[in-house]
Amino acid sequence: MTKTRKKWIYFSALAGVVALLPLLVKGGYYLLILNIIAINGLVVLGLNLLIGFAGQISLGHAAFFGMGAYFSAIFTAMYNTPPWPTLLGVMIFTAVVAFVLGIPTLRLAGHYLVMATLGFNIILYILMVQMEHWTGGPSGFAGIPPLHLGSLPIQGDLSCYWLLWTFFLLVFFVSLNLVDSRVGRALRAIHENELVANALGINTERYKVVIFAISAAYASLAGSLYAHYLSFISPKTFDIFYSVQIVTMVVVGGIGNLWGGLLGAAVLTALPEILHAMRDYALLLYGLILMGVLVFFPEGLLPGLVKLVGRGRLVNGNEN
Amino acid sequence: MIWSQLPQFFVSGLTSGSIYALIALGFGIIHNATGIVNFAQGEFVMIGAMTMISLTQVVGLPVLTAFPLAVLAGMAVGWLMEIGPIRRARSDSILILVMITVGASITMRETAMHIWGKTPRTLASFSGDEPLVLGNAAILPQTLWILGITLVVVVLLGLFFSRTMVGKAMRAVAENRRGAALIGIGVHRMKMLSFVLSGGIGAVAGIIITPITTMSYSAGVMLALKGFAAAILGGYGSMKGAVIGGLLLGAIETFGAGFVSSAYKDAFAFLIFLLVLFIRPTGLFGKEEVKRV
Repeated sequence: MTKTRKKWIYFSALAGVVALLPLLVKGGYYLLILNIIAINGLVVLGLNLLIGFAGQISLGHAAFFGMGAYFSAIFTAMYNTPPWPTLLGVMIFTAVVAFVLGIPTLRLAGHYLVMATLGFNIILYILMVQMEHWTGGPSGFAGIPPLHLGSLPIQGDLSCYWLLWTFFLLVFFVSLNLVDSRVGRALRAIHENELVANALGINTERYKVVIFAISAAYASLAGSLYAHYLSFISPKTFDIFYSVQIVTMVVVGGIGNLWGGLLGAAVLTALPEILHAMRDYALLLYGLILMGVLVFFPEGLLPGLVKLVGRGRLVNGNEN
Repeated sequence: MIWSQLPQFFVSGLTSGSIYALIALGFGIIHNATGIVNFAQGEFVMIGAMTMISLTQVVGLPVLTAFPLAVLAGMAVGWLMEIGPIRRARSDSILILVMITVGASITMRETAMHIWGKTPRTLASFSGDEPLVLGNAAILPQTLWILGITLVVVVLLGLFFSRTMVGKAMRAVAENRRGAALIGIGVHRMKMLSFVLSGGIGAVAGIIITPITTMSYSAGVMLALKGFAAAILGGYGSMKGAVIGGLLLGAIETFGAGFVSSAYKDAFAFLIFLLVLFIRPTGLFGKEEVKRV
């Protein structure tokens, strides 16, 4: 009971911060970073469900993110399909692709999903670069129409801030509840001990494949929103480095901790921007910080910090 | 007409295949000792090659002296990685350790960029560039070096794992870590040794391929991915599988480039890789992993 109340309080606080931030933050640059945090946060959310609760890693979420972005772009810009239904259709399609990819690989012990998703990401990246007629090739795809609310186009950093963060909060809330639901408990049982979960009558295979498909759908949604927001996409955004970055955000934030994932997304999205002043040394520092955090706070930044402050356990359901 | 090119494809497939095989071996050795997928494997390759370039071109050492020194450099990097972040990590979760190797890979790559710059560098062939014409195929002398050195490395490794006490101890660790510790094998030392060995093998791969393909600070990424795919193709952790997987991937890639399209060369290689993963996920020589349920 108190846990549910706690969840509500924390969530309301987050919503409050999101609502107030535009008053404090001036200038398109900071809004842009906040918007990218919302987009990365969405992808991280899905991947966190997969890693934290099904115990499986995907190194191909950039591909699902890219599928959302490119399919939305191609259909709405080249064939003038309405953006919202397209977004939904692409989401479903991406989930189905992930489902098909997951069936043979998630059945097996070991990390076969990592390899399959990695290979899938590389193939998709090459297709984005090579199929110039459809994707614009390495120079990218420009002129993607914005999303509309009624007849109003959602354009500009501030309008998109509301759009992206509304989506993020919505999906975040659904995910928080999913984690505490029967499905969430089943997934956590699988993560703890697959054999026991199976013996308890949980269809472990099906749960894992379904959560993988859901996480791919999150990434696809983020990709479509990204494309409509920036109106320009290029393959570089969707290479395996992005997949690695997203996994990093999950791990740094704290595996299986959705709040930690948000912190990880925020810190690691902002970090390269802060390090930007270091120019050529930015990536080097990124690598060092990544190693440092993982070596000294392997349970993740947020749980690590909480422990450091000594306030005990965290809100999220996955303390153990 | 395209059939007349077959021998040429065969030769170049064998060449890149040898390199993938060496990288796959590096992956396998670390995986067997620690359970980690080492994402910095490609950086070992790059650092070996770059050190060799500096030693021969800046210091002016002859190839014969520079070669072992560059291999030592690769071993040293592997050693530092193990005694540093990997050993100090306050977690034994495989996922955390794997992500630490990702961090190490970024760090090494960027450090290399500051040392050697961004432009690709090349290395003189070990013995001239006059191709030997053999039927329809022109073979560069460097190709022979690559095949020969790969063969030597594979044979030496085979002897190491089957004849020496340390090699057998490493195999015992791969088989059962706790069991190995119980009979008095220093598991930590074996882990360290696996990184040193992989660093050395990676460096060898980098040194011998650079005269043909050139090397840049970021070239390790794609090489590592190919080596990784080769390791899966052959069966992850299997030494025989790594070699055959590497050669197979090299062949698939060059024939794919020749018969399908060179733009889709990499996509083709990874598509086959995905197919193998779906049909026979344990790879060609992998152990059947029985799920105990």
